[in-house]
Amino acid sequence: MNRNGILFWIGAILFLVAALMMTQVIGNQYPFFACYVILQFIVLAVAWSILGGYAGYVNFGTSAFFGVGVYTAVFLFKAFGAPLAVQIAAAAAVGAFLGFALGLLTLRMQGIFFSIATIALTIIIETSVTNWRFVGGAAGIQMQRPPVMAPFNSYVQMLFFVQALLVVLAVAIARYIQGSWIGRGLQALKDDELAAECTGVPTLRLKVLACVISGALMCAAGAPAAMYLQYADPSSAFNLNYSVSVLAMSLIGGTSHWAGPVVGAIVLGMTQQLLTVTISSEVNVLVLGVMLVLFVVVAPEGIIGLIRRAGRNRRGREA
Amino acid sequence: MMSPSGPQLPLLRISALTKRFGGFIALDNVSVDIRPGERFGLIGPNGSGKTTLINCISGAFRTEAGTVVFGGEDITPLPPHIRTRRGIARSFQIPRPFKSMTVAENLMVALDFASVAGDFIPAAQRRDTVMSILTQTGLASKADLSTLGLSQVELRKMELARAMATHPKLLISDEAMAGLSSSEVDEVLDLLIKLGGQGITIIMIEHIMQAVMRFSERVMCLDAGRIIAIGTPDEVMANQRVQEAYLGT
Repeated sequence: MNRNGILFWIGAILFLVAALMMTQVIGNQYPFFACYVILQFIVLAVAWSILGGYAGYVNFGTSAFFGVGVYTAVFLFKAFGAPLAVQIAAAAAVGAFLGFALGLLTLRMQGIFFSIATIALTIIIETSVTNWRFVGGAAGIQMQRPPVMAPFNSYVQMLFFVQALLVVLAVAIARYIQGSWIGRGLQALKDDELAAECTGVPTLRLKVLACVISGALMCAAGAPAAMYLQYADPSSAFNLNYSVSVLAMSLIGGTSHWAGPVVGAIVLGMTQQLLTVTISSEVNVLVLGVMLVLFVVVAPEGIIGLIRRAGRNRRGREA
Repeated sequence: MMSPSGPQLPLLRISALTKRFGGFIALDNVSVDIRPGERFGLIGPNGSGKTTLINCISGAFRTEAGTVVFGGEDITPLPPHIRTRRGIARSFQIPRPFKSMTVAENLMVALDFASVAGDFIPAAQRRDTVMSILTQTGLASKADLSTLGLSQVELRKMELARAMATHPKLLISDEAMAGLSSSEVDEVLDLLIKLGGQGITIIMIEHIMQAVMRFSERVMCLDAGRIIAIGTPDEVMANQRVQEAYLGT
């Protein structure tokens, strides 16, 4: 492993240790409630940018994947009383399958048509779940949390730590893809699909792979949400807000580097949490919209793009 | 399988190829053999099916009828990226660089994906391979520049360099000289002749007649999707139907 790799894994371990320490030291439950949401958005944004950023296929169906993750967990818990780890693993498998189906769509649809198809996907799945009695239908379903495992004091703390693990997993995967032949192939097909194909890039296989990984991570991120809220209903699990927020976070952070969606999710997620507490949850959407417009105009390559440009300018002055 | 020109197996054999776009027949029953190492010129008026033919050879288009056999293997059902790995590379009429990458990175894509061992070659060796191709094509000084900063002639050369980085047996150049000045045309032509000298078979589509005459061992002229003449450059130029197709008389 090179120096960057070692630094990355040290950082990841420190992050997990810090998260675990938090659960042991802080007694107040609120920070975990708030941070859980931010961590969840980091996973979603990083997963989104594997397809939307690296491959350039804009997916408006984040909420479809998130909701499928939620309901996979709900179903498994209600039917078999499956433990959390099984819920998450199964959600990832279902998400991979759904991603595979979405990947095959890219065979026929590109650009805006693909994006519209992902919205249609959300609506179809939401409607199906709304009419599925076993998981509560339109009225939703109450979830009784099982007893918490040591060393955690509360279930929310445990979910917080689990989501932190998912963050590390998602970022590690995104980072690997970016630096590997997969990332170079995705970048090539994002620039020009025909030229990539004629240069030997197996474009369909790479697109399907990106969809599968992205879908699996999104569903995995959604799986613990039912237990987090102790409740699930279709209109909130499949809320279009997830799609819009995640897209905004990725674009505001910048999609050319794995750190972009992480930064974007932290900045926007924290802003949203702050606004929810101080003003109202409705103002969120307004602020999101304004920030998105601002970034598209001022910094189309996101925060990461701004940092890179600043770095280049400084080097330019020194030279 | 004997090719009409001798006992040697053709590198590329196109048999009874037909391509339609709706009711429009773009290629009508086209058959031709191309020998290993041949420098082959493809001419014809605009809309005669030249680019369609190479899209069918490189796999960008599916064909309605006929077969494409490359190196003894029927490649008709294969997608473009597999054909590239088998040894068919092409440039595009309007350059299609990977815009977010540098010139060297453009070639790296070819190294990564066109050869089976792509990812196992050490980084330094890959860089050497890329630089030697760029030196050969006169782009060494541009290696780390974005493709956005390249001139038209440099873009054409970059396309040829990227195609070369796939280690092709057959290189198809689609109007690599269109819109260039006469000194630039000579530069690109010299480059193609040099590549031909390395044992690579080259199909060159071109409108500039001096270039076609200087380059080609054999020339084929298409008109309305049909072959109207094939032979040495002088024979084809002297052909009555070729003159009619070009001059419209």
